[in-house]
Amino acid sequence: MGESSAFDSILLAMIALVDCNNFYVSCERVFAPKLKDCPVVVLSNNDGCVIARSEEAKALGIKMGTPYFQIDYLIEKEHLTVFSSNYCLYGDMSLRVMEALNSFAPETEIYSIDEAFLNIESEGMESIAFAQKLRSDVLKWLGLPVSVGIAPNKTLAKIANRIAKKLNLGVFELSDENQIKNVLSETPINDVWGIGYNSARKLKELGITNAFQLRNLDRRWARKLLSVVGARIVEELNGKVCLPLELVPPPKKSITCSRSFGCMVEPFEYLNEALDCYLVKAGEKMRKKKLTANAVTVFLATNRFAKTEQYSNSLTIELANATNSTRELKDWTRKALHQIYKQGYLYKKVGVILQGLQPETSETIRLYNEPNYEKDKRLMQALDKISNKFGRDTIHFGVQRNNQCWQMKAEMKSQKYTTCLREVIQIW
Amino acid sequence: MQCSVWEIFVPNYHRKLSRPIIASRVSAGFPSPAEDYIEGRIDLNKDLIPHPFTTFYIRVMGDSMESLICSGELLIVDRMPESNDKDIVVARLGNDLCVKRLRILDDGSVWLFSENPNYKPIQIGEEDDFEVWGKVLHSIQSF
Repeated sequence: MGESSAFDSILLAMIALVDCNNFYVSCERVFAPKLKDCPVVVLSNNDGCVIARSEEAKALGIKMGTPYFQIDYLIEKEHLTVFSSNYCLYGDMSLRVMEALNSFAPETEIYSIDEAFLNIESEGMESIAFAQKLRSDVLKWLGLPVSVGIAPNKTLAKIANRIAKKLNLGVFELSDENQIKNVLSETPINDVWGIGYNSARKLKELGITNAFQLRNLDRRWARKLLSVVGARIVEELNGKVCLPLELVPPPKKSITCSRSFGCMVEPFEYLNEALDCYLVKAGEKMRKKKLTANAVTVFLATNRFAKTEQYSNSLTIELANATNSTRELKDWTRKALHQIYKQGYLYKKVGVILQGLQPETSETIRLYNEPNYEKDKRLMQALDKISNKFGRDTIHFGVQRNNQCWQMKAEMKSQKYTTCLREVIQIW
Repeated sequence: MQCSVWEIFVPNYHRKLSRPIIASRVSAGFPSPAEDYIEGRIDLNKDLIPHPFTTFYIRVMGDSMESLICSGELLIVDRMPESNDKDIVVARLGNDLCVKRLRILDDGSVWLFSENPNYKPIQIGEEDDFEVWGKVLHSIQSF
């Protein structure tokens, strides 16, 4: 089989991977132009560690995942600007990016909050010109810089994107066979999309350290070592198209809502309050998607980094009737928490997972007729309407309060510039 | 900032506006003379915001644009369209955003004008770190 034949036949259909550069930092910069060319980082929930860095912050040697307390001295010393994560802002900007991309290519697969695969049907210079136009338009329309990698398939597009970013090219196309060979031999296998830590280790033991060697790996070996997905990746490195775009995202199977507390919490009632709050959020999400849950899981955990007594546990309750009533679920989560709660521990985290999600249908069979069912449904509808209009914290269930103690730390959060009228940017 | 209350701010474009169905039915009575004129209701989201995903909202403070735009008004700013001479724009000059009238004169010089005569026009030089951030489509004044 001629190696290049695969490339010839698919030159027409090209895949572009569009990836926002330092997405969270870039979102902050749209509304704070003075941060241009300055070192900026965004912290994880609870202001724990660094999850996004501007190029200037990278140049200061700040690594992904660095705990905040290790870099806070840089605020004074290097004028580092630090943000708590503002997911309302990032989520909204992400939707805008995806809509912008959709105006360029109707077939797009949203791969993550800041990446999407696009099906572009052009070739050679044209696709590069197309990508450059896309890049400059997204920058103008949204103020967000993006990098574009173009290749015959998703695996190679990922690699092309990595080069576009690394060499600061903005756009990089990988379609010429010789060029692909060169690029692959300089791509470490850890950087190949879909090759996880364990697979990389196994491959390295066999002396396979770069993507070019991986591409030449015997197919049967590939399947044995890397399972089906891995074998497909090897095929894609060879120019075949094995991983088509997922145009419709697979339906959600579960909704999790959980946070680490800003401090340690011991009393049962405090934990239950926090749990109720998370349940309210999860319930809202579920109803918005017109889903019902068949099971609910409650989990709690102490701080595994602290030198205190450790305990964690979880309990799943299968529900006789699928429901999306927060009121009904609240009774179950309380019971579940009661079962797994142990006195005398300092808890750092509690959460709820709604599972076995299925579409809400009028004929969802209720095993025994619950008198509260219709009433509950109306109550939940009213509740969602109110929180939609006035904000989630307007109306509360009996005990669900905002207790300072378990509230998340987010001391350096920017405004919700795009999702909240009271917090839009002000100019003079 | 205090916790948000109004979460109505990103216009929901996916919401379908239900229109009365006009498809004629066979009916025995006299047809309503209004039937041919039924339209959907006015939807400001649709009519004032052509590109929702590139549209941002900005609160103006100060009097530099009075009496065209008063302090406290809410600007609807679209980043997609190109800006031309005489457009009201949000401009970035160095580190700051401001709202001004863009002037591009015949000699090619670029200026930012305030509506309030107490503020002098600013000429944009070649070396200035300047960009038009977005075009102001509307300004909303609430009473």
